Parts: sequence; C-alpha cells; structure tokens
Amino acid sequence: MSAVGGQVRHLYVHLPFCAHRCGYCDFVTLVGRHGEHGAYVDAVMRELRLEGGILAPRLETIFLGGGTPTFTEAGALEGLLASLPDADEVTVEANPETVTPSLARLLSRNRVNRVSLGAQSFNTSLLAVLERRCRPEDVRRAVHDLRDAGFDNISLDLLYGIPGQSTAELEADVESALALAPEHVSYYELEAKPGTRFTHAHGEELARQADAMEGYFERVVEALVGAGYRWYETANFCLPGREARHNLGYWLGRDYLGVGIGAVSTLGLERRRNAPKLAGYVAALARGLAPPREIETLDEETKRRERLMLGLRLDRPLPLAAVGSAVEPAALSRVERLGLAERRGDGLVLSDRGRFLGDAVTAELMA
Amino acid sequence: MSLDRIRNFSIVAHIDHGKSTLADRILEVTSTLTKREMREQVLDSMELERERGITIKAQAVRVEWKGHQLNLIDTPGHVDFTYEVSRALQACEGALLVVDAAQGIQAQTLANAYLAIENDLEIVPVVNKIDLPSADPDAAAAEVADLIGEEPERVVRISAKTGAGVEDVLDAIVERIPAPAGDPEAPGRALVFDSAYDQYRGVVAFVRVVDGEFRPRERLLAMAQGTTFETEELGFFSPERTPMPTLSAGEVGYVITGLKDVSRLRVGDTLTQDARRAAEPLPGYKDVKPTVFAGLFPTDSDEYPELRDALEKLKLNDASLFYEPETSQALGFGFRCGFLGLLHMEIVRERLEREFDLDLLVTAPNVAYRVTTKAGEEVEVHNPSDFPREVETVAEPYIRATTIVPKEHVGAVMELNNERRGRFDHMEYLSEERVLLTYDLPLGEIVYDYYDQLKSRTKGYASFDYDVVGFRPGELVRVDVMLAGDPVDALSIIVHRDSAYGRGRALVDRLREEIPRQMFDVPVQAAIGSRIIARETIKAKRKDVLAKCYGGDITRKRKLIERQKKGKKRMKQVGTVEVPQEAFLAVLDLNGERR
Repeated sequence: MSAVGGQVRHLYVHLPFCAHRCGYCDFVTLVGRHGEHGAYVDAVMRELRLEGGILAPRLETIFLGGGTPTFTEAGALEGLLASLPDADEVTVEANPETVTPSLARLLSRNRVNRVSLGAQSFNTSLLAVLERRCRPEDVRRAVHDLRDAGFDNISLDLLYGIPGQSTAELEADVESALALAPEHVSYYELEAKPGTRFTHAHGEELARQADAMEGYFERVVEALVGAGYRWYETANFCLPGREARHNLGYWLGRDYLGVGIGAVSTLGLERRRNAPKLAGYVAALARGLAPPREIETLDEETKRRERLMLGLRLDRPLPLAAVGSAVEPAALSRVERLGLAERRGDGLVLSDRGRFLGDAVTAELMA
Repeated sequence: MSLDRIRNFSIVAHIDHGKSTLADRILEVTSTLTKREMREQVLDSMELERERGITIKAQAVRVEWKGHQLNLIDTPGHVDFTYEVSRALQACEGALLVVDAAQGIQAQTLANAYLAIENDLEIVPVVNKIDLPSADPDAAAAEVADLIGEEPERVVRISAKTGAGVEDVLDAIVERIPAPAGDPEAPGRALVFDSAYDQYRGVVAFVRVVDGEFRPRERLLAMAQGTTFETEELGFFSPERTPMPTLSAGEVGYVITGLKDVSRLRVGDTLTQDARRAAEPLPGYKDVKPTVFAGLFPTDSDEYPELRDALEKLKLNDASLFYEPETSQALGFGFRCGFLGLLHMEIVRERLEREFDLDLLVTAPNVAYRVTTKAGEEVEVHNPSDFPREVETVAEPYIRATTIVPKEHVGAVMELNNERRGRFDHMEYLSEERVLLTYDLPLGEIVYDYYDQLKSRTKGYASFDYDVVGFRPGELVRVDVMLAGDPVDALSIIVHRDSAYGRGRALVDRLREEIPRQMFDVPVQAAIGSRIIARETIKAKRKDVLAKCYGGDITRKRKLIERQKKGKKRMKQVGTVEVPQEAFLAVLDLNGERR
C-alpha cells in the first residue's frame, strides 16, 4: 500500500438500498431495510477512516453509487455526505422518483455538484418491462427540481435494446432525453445477464429481436453526436468539458478506493472486492476491522491488458507505450488495414466502426 | 490326411443373413469348441466386427466331421473386400450360399454367388432362419435354387440360431463338395488368401496348400513379390493357432513368416520352397488399387503424430490401406488416404477413432480421376486440390451397380440413379414382389450421399452392391470454395459439370450459416476456375462491445475479453477469415460420406 499511500484521488461509495429490485439488475442491492441505513452509513464512514490514509489530501472525484443512494434515509445520507472529504467532482446517482426539491437542496448544500439520473426510458410500457417505478414525467420533474437547486451538471442514464422496443420508440427516447438538455448521457445496451429473473422472463424475446436491434447503438451515437455531444467513451456522451471525471479515472487506469458492501478498489497491483453481505460488513467495522473482502493480485502484464481494454473505449488516443507487450504487432497492422483503428502520434485510437466492434478489436489486438 | 478326406469351403451371404451364426454353430456341432468356450461370432475377433455383425478379415478354422477334415474359410462379405473374398474362394472347392428365409436373395447374395460361380465352386444353397415367424422358406428356396440352377429340394433348410438342420449342412459339405485336387509330391505351392500381423511374431500368412508339403524352418519364396523368409511355425486354426509338423496338399492353415512388414507379403501371392521352386505361381495375384480417397486430419492439430502412428499400426494388418502426408492450409497437417471402397473408409475411420482414440476430420471422399492436361500429360488425381485447372479430358471410374428392391420402390431407385448420371442396363423380376435393377454409375456419384438417399427413398428396403468396371470419360470440373477471395483447399470438390452449380450453392449456403460474422464483410464464393458460380456474403458484425464498464466490472470484463481471445486462437485461420472447427465439420458432413 505504501506505494500508493496518499496518492489515490478517486473515491467510490456504495449505497445499496433500493425501494425495489428491478429484474435486470445485477448490482449489489438491498430492498428496504429502513432500520439499517444508519448503521450501514456508520460502517461506511468507519471504513473510510480505516482506509483514508491512502487518499490524496485533495480528491479529484467522489461517486456515490448504488443501489439507489437517494433512497437512503435523508439523515443518514446527509451525515455521510457531510463527512466526506472535499473533491472537485462529487456525483450522486438518483432515481427520478426519489428526487424532490428538498432532496435536491440537501445534495446541493452538501457539496454534491453532479447528479446521475437513472431515467432508462421515457416510454411507460418499456419502463414497466424494466420494472422501473418511475414514470416519464418523474424524469422531467427531477431534472427541473435539480436545475432549481442549482445543478448545472446532470447526467441521464438510458437503456436501448429493451424487450419489445421499436426503432421509433428508441428515437423517441433519444429525443425526450435531448429535450432536457443534460450535460451528459450514458446510453447502455440492456444486458440480460444469465441467471437474472429478467433473462428468465425475456431472454428468448431478446434473442429473437437481436438482429433487428443490431443497429440501435449506431442510431444512438448518430443522434447524440448530431446534437452536439461528444462520444468520448463507448457508452458515454457529453457536452464540451463535461466528461464524467470519476469514470474517466477508471478508463485511464487510475487507482481508486471503493468503500461499502460489494465495492471494488484498484490500488496499484491489488484489486479488492468487499463481500456483498451487509451484516458481516457492519459487524467487522464495528470491531474496527477491515470488512470481509477478496483480494486479487494483478501482474504488470494483466494491468497492461486492462489498460488496453479500457483505453480503447475512449476517443482520445491510447499511448502505445503504456500497453507495450499487451499488443500483438501483427494484429495491430491487421486492424489498421481493416480501418478499425489508426495511429495518432504515439497513440492508438479506434475508428467509429472499430468502436462498435470494440471487444472484438481488443481481443484481436491482445497478445 | 489324404486328399479325399478333406473339404475346403467358405460361407457367403448378404449381411445379417446368418453367416457368422452358422459358423458358430458348426464349431459347436463338431465339438471344436465346447458350449463353455462358445461366444457369439467366434471368428470375428475385432470389436468392430462383432458390433457391426460383419467380417472384415478372413479367418480359417479346421473342424472334424465324420472322419473328414473340413476347413471353413470365413470371408468378408462386402464388395470393398471383393479381392480378399475371391482369393478366399480360390482356396476352396465349395461354398455355402446362405439366404435369409424372410428376406430372400439380396444384392450381396448375388454378388457372392457370381463370385463363387466364377471360381468354379460347388455351391450348397442354404436357407437360414426358418424359425422366424416371418420366414417363407419355400419362396426363399425357390429364389436361390433359381439363381444357381439347382433343384429347390436340394436347398438345405436350417436355423443356425436353434441348430436345426446344421448337421445336414455338414453332411452336404462332405457329400457334395469335391475333395481338393493337387499333387502331394510336386514342389510346394500355397496360395496366400489373407494375412494378419502378430506384434510378437510378425506377419502370419493364411494359406491353402495346393501342391507339395510345407514344414517349419524351410526357406520360402513369395513368387510374385520375390520376398523370401524362413518359416518359423505352421499349423491350422482350431480356432486358436495349433502348430503342426507339416501342412500338405489340400490343407488350409497358417504360416508364421517372421516378416515385420505386411506389405512384403501380399494377398494372392504364391508361396513355394526357395530351394525347390514351383515352375508356375498359382493364378490370381494382382495389385489392389484403392478406389476412394479422402483427407484425414486430426481435429486437434497436436494429434498429428498420434494419427501417423495409428495409420502405421493399422497398415500392419491392412495392406490395402494407402496413405501419404497431406498439408491443407485450412486443416493443417494430415494424410490423404486411399480405400478399397466406402465401407473400408468407414471402418478405417472408426478404428482410428476407437482403437486409437483420435478425433478426426474427414474431407469429402472422392475417386481417382485420370486426367489428360492441355499439355498432353496424363496424370492420376486423388485429391481435388491437385486437379489441374486446365484439362483436355478426364476419365472417372464406373461401377456396375445391382439393386434389389420391392417393386413399389423401383421408380424411386430409377429416379435416384438417373439423377446420379446412371445408365440403365437391365431389370428383372426375381419374384412377383422383388426386382433386380442393374445400372452403370460413376463411382464418384456413389461416394456423395448415395446410400442415405437410397435408404430413405426405398424406406430401407433396397439392397445394393457394385463392381468397379473401368474408367470412362466424363464432363468433370473442379469447384473451389473461397472465403474473402482465399481458396479453402479442403473444400474443393470434383463434380460433373451439371451438378457443379447445385453443389457449389449448397457449400456456399452452408458456410454462410456456419461461419460466425467477422469484423468485415466476407464474400463466400464457389468457382470453376475464375468463373464464380455461387456467392453469398457473411455480413460484418455491426456491434461487438459491452456497453458498460466501470470500476467494479474491470476484472469480469477482462476475463470476457481474454475468453474471446482464446476462442479466436482455437479458430482455423483461412486467409483473413477465422473459421471454427465446427464449421468445417458441418460442411464436410454435408458431403455425406456416411451410410
């Protein structure tokens, strides 16, 4: 740890509580558990004190993810926010239906300067398929409440490839999102992960429509880029200067500390993953011990491979010197010949088509 | 034993008509084996022979019956092994022709009867399975009597299963089959009708002594090949090897040669004493040539040395197996193998997979072509990828095919044969219900999916057999398959000009289905020379990227990409295109080498 002591500038805090677990969700979440929010937040603050030595004096970013962080009881949430160190960018994830004028003010007075809203769609029936509790008008109202509280950096999370989603519905979603003039948009393909309730219910339908939906990603990119957004990461778009600086830290291979159940940290060659169980986490920290966690040791070559995989997701060139032996030279000329990537200065950047095929290109390039 | 006390005979029958069961019963009735020693298909020692109920190697066993020495020579019944069968028949004076009482005469019954007649054998007709509820012994007896010009009353009716009538068969052998002729005093002459390889003692020749007398420790000469060796041991089978001080005129037995290479002693050759040579060899030796060829490749290219060793070992017991190394861009290192026919090919493949535990990829089988190039050069081509692009003329092997089928399926057989460029020769009613059809067909049309088609179009009621009758000119072309412009050598085929389009189309369609989409459009083409006859495009993937990747996902995501990378490494690289092994398997399967 000493190698990175006092250097880490990105902090992730996991707040797992949700009002309801959506069928497609595979995050570490806990439904309800109102009586336990306070105890959990106390434990998180203990973990932060325990690990805090590795953080830089001034952080670049803090990200509160979930779960639904804004579902956390207001008192507990405010206590946590107040205890966090200063950072240039402090993001909180929120579900639109949890946003009220008073929540917006609570966030604002506690130094939160960016909110990422889990909108997913503006279509009532698609929201029902996703088992989301918010209605389209909740998203609009949430954005207005946040604007009223002074937020000038709002991100919308959206999904494409929802079972039954037509091209027209996709286009309508993009249009509705653009009408709210967010500074940032994350547009994900719905991933039906094996074993989830959602895949059980909709897997066949998704397989059937896979061909029809093949072009959806291209449409999304085209529409957002056409509206002046920069496609700066595979699934992320922003107005000038409004990248998600926290996430950019991951993609640039920076170290980060994660606290809370299920949270992951990458510190030099060590990757930690806290166990997902609430009780064990709270109990360990109550005794002043580190929470139960898995530790994965990375070697330099693995780090280079990760750097390659993450770096190629960005629109800025990946310095080849940083990935070195992780790239197979013959494959590099192959993908260049196919027009999937080009060298820019000392770096490598994928073409648009290369970005749509990002995983295949990465696998091709990987030595 | 004096010649007049010896009878040499074989049993010939269509598959499943009861040849091996009758042999088993003969061993039992003559007390050659006790009930306790008995098991089914005693003479078929290979696992594959027992399982498929066929005989692949000839065997010879000596039994005693009423003061006579009877030598039973068990032969493979199938056309692929006609050469071995005819050598085995040459070692006999008579044959039992066994016909199933429920099924009557079938195609191999005919082929075997004709072979026996050609070899001047006394035929003892036997109707078997008279105990079956569906048996019609009278009808079967009438058919077989008619076939060989015998009285129906002289047909022996038996059930090899229950043993009923088996003693009558033995009596008929003694009474009807002539004793061997031969000169016990002349220089020795023995016909090699089969051979086997014993890993400790080398090549064991199965022989019928015609003249003279053979003893251990003599120096012998194989007259056609010029090979000499000293006999280590000789004797007869009972059914184990039983050593004897002599083997003399008329007798059947074995000679342990000590030779370490089966190719030095070929079936059909004549053994004589090196010091007192016979003037003339026995008739009948000819070099057998493979008729069907295919490439054999290990599915896992690391198994190439194992495949090579396995082929070497197999060849020790099967001199007719031909192989030479072949390198394919698409499939890597393997062997081009030549077989006596489709069954032979299938047996070799199965033995390689089972006895040597190999996973094989077998290319579409093809026949030998005699090509005259534009330059006037004549070449024999065994591999489509060696087929010259510019040819003057091509000749292909033809067969005379006999099919026996219930009359309601005659139309279906004719239609199939016409589709396969068959030329009708003649048709004859064997009974009111059953018809014999004779066609001339290119052998190349039989190796492609013919058996499956015949079976399905006649609901399994047809029996089929053939003889290779020579080469005839044909309008044959080479069809190449290309992926993104690069030829896939393993998929080239030689076909008649008229079916080139259909076969090319089928290959292209199948490849398009089987090859996963790549990062670029992949044209799949079939071509004759530079002329494209079929084309499809495997459209490029438009998307292959997981949308989400944040701090917690990095390990999972990295593992996914590493797995994707591993998957790529398992693919065969054809030019720029990655083709999974399964795609080749699926496409080659379409070429239907199975029966």
